[in-house]
Amino acid sequence: MEFGFTTAAYVVAAVLFILSLGGLSGQESAKRAVWYGIVGMALAVAATLIGPGAGLWWLSIPLIAAGGVIGYQLASKVEMTQMPELVAGMHALVGLAAVFVGFNAHFEIGNAAEALAIGKDAVKELGSFGQLIAKKSAVEINILLVELSLGVWIGAVTFTGSVIAYGKLSGKVTSSAEKLPGGHMLNAGAAALSVICLIWYLNTASFLPLIILTVAALFIGYHLIMGIGGADMPVVVSMLNSYSGWAAAAIGFSLGNDLLIVVGALVGSSGAILSYIMCKAMNRSFISVILGGFGGGSDGPAMEIEGEQIAIDADGVAASLEEADSVVIIPGYGMAVAQAQQNVAELTRRLRAKGKNVRFAIHPVAGRLPGHMNVLLAEAKVPYDIVLEMDEINDDFPETDVAIVIGSNDIVNPAAQDDPNSPIAGMPVLECWKAKQVFVSKRGQGAGYSGIENPLFFKENTRMFYGDAKQSLDTLLTLIQ
Amino acid sequence: MKIGVPKEVFEGENRVAMTPESAKMLQKLGYDCVIETKAGEAAGFSDAVYKEAGVEVVKTAAALWKAADIIAKVRQPNDTELKRLSADKTLISFFNPGGNEDGLEKAKKSGANVIAMEMVPRISRAQKMDALSSMANIAGYRAVIEAGNNFGRFFTGQVTAAGKVPPAKVLVVGAGVAGLAAIGTSTSLGAITYAFDVRPEVAEQVESMGAEFVYLDFEEEQQDGAATGGYAAVSSPEFREAQLAKFRELAPEVDIVITTALIPNREAPKLWLKDMIDAMKPGSVIVDLAAEKGGNAEGTVMDEKVVTDNGVTIIGYTDFPSRMAAQSSSLYANNIRHMMADLTPEKDGVVNHNMEDDVIRGATVTHQGEITFPPPPPKVQAIAAQPKAEVKELTPEEIKAQEAAAFKAQTKQQVTLLGVGGALMLLAGLYAPASFMQHFIVFVLAVFVGFQVIWNVSHSLHTPLMAVTNAISSIIILGALMQIGSGSFLVILLAAASVFMAGINIFGGFLVTRRMLAMFQKS
Repeated sequence: MEFGFTTAAYVVAAVLFILSLGGLSGQESAKRAVWYGIVGMALAVAATLIGPGAGLWWLSIPLIAAGGVIGYQLASKVEMTQMPELVAGMHALVGLAAVFVGFNAHFEIGNAAEALAIGKDAVKELGSFGQLIAKKSAVEINILLVELSLGVWIGAVTFTGSVIAYGKLSGKVTSSAEKLPGGHMLNAGAAALSVICLIWYLNTASFLPLIILTVAALFIGYHLIMGIGGADMPVVVSMLNSYSGWAAAAIGFSLGNDLLIVVGALVGSSGAILSYIMCKAMNRSFISVILGGFGGGSDGPAMEIEGEQIAIDADGVAASLEEADSVVIIPGYGMAVAQAQQNVAELTRRLRAKGKNVRFAIHPVAGRLPGHMNVLLAEAKVPYDIVLEMDEINDDFPETDVAIVIGSNDIVNPAAQDDPNSPIAGMPVLECWKAKQVFVSKRGQGAGYSGIENPLFFKENTRMFYGDAKQSLDTLLTLIQ
Repeated sequence: MKIGVPKEVFEGENRVAMTPESAKMLQKLGYDCVIETKAGEAAGFSDAVYKEAGVEVVKTAAALWKAADIIAKVRQPNDTELKRLSADKTLISFFNPGGNEDGLEKAKKSGANVIAMEMVPRISRAQKMDALSSMANIAGYRAVIEAGNNFGRFFTGQVTAAGKVPPAKVLVVGAGVAGLAAIGTSTSLGAITYAFDVRPEVAEQVESMGAEFVYLDFEEEQQDGAATGGYAAVSSPEFREAQLAKFRELAPEVDIVITTALIPNREAPKLWLKDMIDAMKPGSVIVDLAAEKGGNAEGTVMDEKVVTDNGVTIIGYTDFPSRMAAQSSSLYANNIRHMMADLTPEKDGVVNHNMEDDVIRGATVTHQGEITFPPPPPKVQAIAAQPKAEVKELTPEEIKAQEAAAFKAQTKQQVTLLGVGGALMLLAGLYAPASFMQHFIVFVLAVFVGFQVIWNVSHSLHTPLMAVTNAISSIIILGALMQIGSGSFLVILLAAASVFMAGINIFGGFLVTRRMLAMFQKS
């Protein structure tokens, strides 16, 4: 098939991908948008398969099919609470694929150089990519090498980073921030090593520096993500998402494939914007998140918290809910961990049936993935028009009778506003303490993920509803009919 | 010191300023109590009961006025009574200081201290001695009873074997204390009750009493009730027109109208005009609680009941509290007793007329030979002021200026970005080969499009966005597909692995996204 046809198909696919992302601006149009993405992908793959340069389609198609079966199995079995792990895990695949494709490009350059040395006939025997390389000048080859190593480097960082993120999210790796001795110096060293390898690689074009560069990148990916605490995971996941896009774009440059560049850039910028939004929601700079942990840079002791945590049982909560007219529920990661979203939804249904105004307040960084809570509540069939963002609902708390905090901590911490020495000072939080009554469903006493004491728990209008979120709600549901 | 209560001399006044119960309390404050014989008889308190409570009963008014240091009574004192005042006496009574200059002069000349019960300021602390409220409460109740007495039908709607009875419709104009009491009584009798007031902030109180608040289609700056001590103020002519139009609309429907609209120190506003009375059904009743100040309805005759040509009864009685003398006496006596308690902080039976105290200062109209009316505004606001809108309305010019400034800043930012970006691009173009630039332009445009598109993604769809971008990032499969045709075994192996992994990603990513999106649903 002609080269022109493939390009045309690529243009159509690119447009479809853009529409697919743009369609996510609303819940209804999003359902259509996915189909744009699917068709775009099918078109791109089909055009490449029948286009110039592709061979061995008898091998490619079964491989895609086999991958498809596995992907289908994974995607249909996964619990919605495990969504963050799945997404992180799949980023790893893209990263690794980018590394492999980058390596291949390197080999092809080698092959092309050999073929050029032999003569024109040998060049003809090369694949289309090889032929393309063979035509390039020395400067172009150098640029190609830079692009290639960049693609490999980013791909490698994405791969190990995503694997670690997967491990942290699924609880297989400790989720607290951990660093090897040497901390950021190790990262800096590895980065410097990468740069040296790049120069070395440009001069020699041998495989060894590329391998060392890859290993350094793998280490950076591992160490960088190990050093980031669980509470920052939404940023990490979107950041890795961004990286996988940039890796694809870099590979696209080295292969001279515009569609790869376009899609890589789309994904890269999407992830970057998401990371930015997440960082902003936590009032932290991107750098400080990447460098890991809550920076201990506060200038004084944290404010002393006075008062005590007062516990309440299910009867008390039920009685208050019966009397309340307006209820706001603030879910957090604890709800996801306890798999309590169905119970929350059932509670919502019952309260709404009694004519109460029940709404959800979602903090941008609640959970471990951007929009994590929205997905869980949607899974439990909570209508999305009562699920509100922080900015939409924060002003309504003074008129709210009961606020229920289920498994969230830092995002409802008043210290962010009151205590300038708090590590989360300045982070926008849900001002649930302004409600007449606050119930906090929590497993036990003790600080939250970030290790910060939460003065909310000690407030006069706060009652602690101890216990596993799911079991607590089960008991509560027996009391509210 | 002695507190004396004379028999009311006003024709038909049945109330008395001291009950046996309040006398006992006054004695606890250290006072001796004196009462004129038969003072409490009309209210149902015999001399014997007073004596039992330790009250000395004297035969004549003259003897009482002479014996007592403090005289408490109900009605405004007449000339004879004022003549009996002297410099060492304190009089506590309704006094109508605004319309009783003559009385004020006489009291001043006598040198007596006079405390006017209607001047007690409306602050929370003084509620226990607010006789206007306690009397208005009774008047409101009695107004409904009086209306029912003259109304030939049930208040409540009934379906009986003998036929269906529609419920009576009652309109209460003015939702002050009397109005609210009337609303409460009327709704508890089962009537459909409407209420109107010029202060829209009382709508909540009206609705809490079970009546429906009549709103006007009128845009005017709300009166702040706090500024006028919780009382209504004079409204604008336009507002009055809107109000009358509403009443005209209601007149044919309502069976009973109770008007309580009073503005302090003014004639009562005429609100229920002749044409409205004409529009009412025969047998309807109007109770005009403002009759004393001229009445809210046209045709009200003070202290009388008149029936119009079309059979509407207009009641202009002014003695509603006196018609329930036992009840009103005990409440009024309590108000007096609380006033005395404030005047006697030491509980030693000696009056300490503290003119620094907001309540006592406000109620005192003559003090040591001086007229102290009208009082200065109380130091404490009567009612919490309505929260003023904090954000000042910006004028159109200011908004324009702000927008222009924002636009300028934005333009500046964009131009800078474009300038820097363009310069970098040109710089790259100078050195990089053409083939690279070609791809680079595509890249930059794609990043740009991506930024433009992603900002619009809704917050709640961030997870699906990640899933879908994850799925389409497996576009890397294209690279692998192009390399898989290579001759080298190693390349084929790596490319095949890539194809396989990307395949997982494509299907997994899209499927998960679809699963997620399918769950989002509206209520």
